[in-house]
Amino acid sequence: MALLEVEDLSVTFARRGQRAVHAVDGVSFSVDAGEVVGLVGESGCGKSVTSLAIMGLLPKQPGLRVGGKAVFDGTDLLQLDDRSRRDIRGRDIAMIFQDPLSSLNPVIPIGLQVTEVLARHRGMKGETAAKEAAALLDRVGIPDPKRRLKEYPHQLSGGMRQRALIAMAVACQPRLLIADEPTTALDVTIQAQILELLKELVRDSGTALLMITHDLGVVAGMVDTVNVLYGGRVVETARRRPLFRQPRHPYTVGLLGSVPRLDAGRGEKLNPIPGSVRDLLPWPDGCAFAPRCARRIDECVGEPPELVHAHDGRSYRCVNPEPLPGMVPAPREEESA
Amino acid sequence: MSENDVLVEVRDLKVHFPIKRGVLFDRVVGQVKAVDGVDLSIARGKTYGLVGESGCGKSTLGRALLQLTPPTAGEVSFDGVELTTLPPGKLRSMRRRMQMIFQDPMSSLDPRQNVESILTEGLQTHGIGTDRTDRRRIIGETLDAVGLPRWALSRYPHEFSGGQRQRIGIARALVLGPELIVADEPVSALDVSIQAQVVNLLDELQDSLGLTYLVIAHDLAVVRHISDTVGVMYLGALVEEAPSDRLYNEPLHPYTRALMSAVPVPDPDVEDRRERILLAGDLPSPANPPSGCRFHTRCPWAQPTRCADERPVLRDIGASRVACHWAEQIASGELRPHGVSAQIVRPEGEGDAPGVVSAPTEPGSYV
Repeated sequence: MALLEVEDLSVTFARRGQRAVHAVDGVSFSVDAGEVVGLVGESGCGKSVTSLAIMGLLPKQPGLRVGGKAVFDGTDLLQLDDRSRRDIRGRDIAMIFQDPLSSLNPVIPIGLQVTEVLARHRGMKGETAAKEAAALLDRVGIPDPKRRLKEYPHQLSGGMRQRALIAMAVACQPRLLIADEPTTALDVTIQAQILELLKELVRDSGTALLMITHDLGVVAGMVDTVNVLYGGRVVETARRRPLFRQPRHPYTVGLLGSVPRLDAGRGEKLNPIPGSVRDLLPWPDGCAFAPRCARRIDECVGEPPELVHAHDGRSYRCVNPEPLPGMVPAPREEESA
Repeated sequence: MSENDVLVEVRDLKVHFPIKRGVLFDRVVGQVKAVDGVDLSIARGKTYGLVGESGCGKSTLGRALLQLTPPTAGEVSFDGVELTTLPPGKLRSMRRRMQMIFQDPMSSLDPRQNVESILTEGLQTHGIGTDRTDRRRIIGETLDAVGLPRWALSRYPHEFSGGQRQRIGIARALVLGPELIVADEPVSALDVSIQAQVVNLLDELQDSLGLTYLVIAHDLAVVRHISDTVGVMYLGALVEEAPSDRLYNEPLHPYTRALMSAVPVPDPDVEDRRERILLAGDLPSPANPPSGCRFHTRCPWAQPTRCADERPVLRDIGASRVACHWAEQIASGELRPHGVSAQIVRPEGEGDAPGVVSAPTEPGSYV
């Protein structure tokens, strides 16, 4: 059984006098123990809102509606009250955010912020907690950890702050780590360090990782199963290799064609997707990608496309997917069977 | 390269910002050497890509080249005219020929000006076009060139998406008919699918108008894609410069190698096979750069001799220019990489590093 099973998750923001925005619309995916799962998409596709909804971190405001299920180890996280949710947060599920400076408290030393987690979930105090905190900082590669404990976030560089945040996240050996764009704010050589660290942690401790990113290169390097999001829906799910080798959803194809590659020659033309996401808010009826899609047919408009489970264990939400090489496009009924 | 082919020539360019301290009297306690001796030349009709991590001085170099930030020392010649000694009036008329595209189109476009007014301003300043109809014609042609509809003229920047805003920024640069365009992180604020649109647009414009580009970016893949020549900067100086393909196939400087190996490639097969060179620690503070070769504190190939006390100069190796004492030995495999322990680097103005960097006094020169 999967460690985290998200089923038909939807998040709606409604404002009086305006059409409700379906930021997340029927998202389903699962994370197995020890697995690295990616949520990939451009800004506005709902990837961060998905993770915040799972963690119960969306600001409580009128007009916010969260539906569906997020079952973690038998418990539906969406049904929990705040108290029991806080018990799970930090202990069983931890989260790392994009900007380490704004997720650390600027007026509290790093040491205290790490030991706070240890005190809350592992009942550690005083000297023991301090020792454990130093060991944690050491584990994530922060040099001279004893001294760093007394320092404030502004005294650390961006990469070190992100390491400190990771130390706090792994303090209780969580079973699931959610990383929301953990390296987007960092320089590329520092990004490489942090990604290596995350890979190591996953390998050594068996923690499952839900990686939220817009960077297909990061996905290619470390994710086992990829969920591509567009317009608040999962449009394609596949293992890493098949996805990159033979993307089926036109959006995935477009995304891969848009990225300049370091190992491609000078002047090779990119194949961008026409239009932009912003043009279409709130999403059109039918397939959200249809207005930008090169393979659009009449059936694309009207009803949102059903999730098609293909024979090779992958799924996509498209009525006219990219054909596999050497395959005559089969009638849709046969393929979905 | 003959004289005629070179549009921009930069010689020993330096930009130093004073570090000031004190309440009543500003004592200068040190200097941030943002750009510290850069030589480069940009061929007419070609693209020069400048890459480096944040704080390496690449943006300052771009601004100093256009004289937006006054250089501390050095020379910049544009089409044979020396810019650093040009009187302000003359410099102003030269600006028509060299334009800039900024990273964030939202903050570089005036929210209270509509697109027509944004595009007309430059034309009026430089006295281009005989009357309103003529200017409208020029603006219309520019809009077509960047792929914006005519109805955009009466709209305001907030009514456009990020990609379209960047097109407005490009149109503003293009409308004056420049020869050189300095693009500072032109696509890094955009989503990947939009990024590709803008990259293609820049490519097409270069083909049709014969533009010369200086593209400044942190994304090596983007820079490699659009540049003919790539220069890699580290702490205020060029460490390597080579034709784009050669830089990728045969990186000679240890920093270039590390940078290349750190860029993720969207291909699982490549990712699994690649050898990664992980650099230890962070970029040292440009206020207090390491002695000798500035990269020696993080370099996996650093040697006990020369690296720490002798600053390497750019020298020609094949078609590349490299600032490394040991480039040949590293390329031949004679020297092997070794472990490096990370050193703590203080963020600007914190902890052990000297003082706070105050904004330079002239408006608009703080990057």
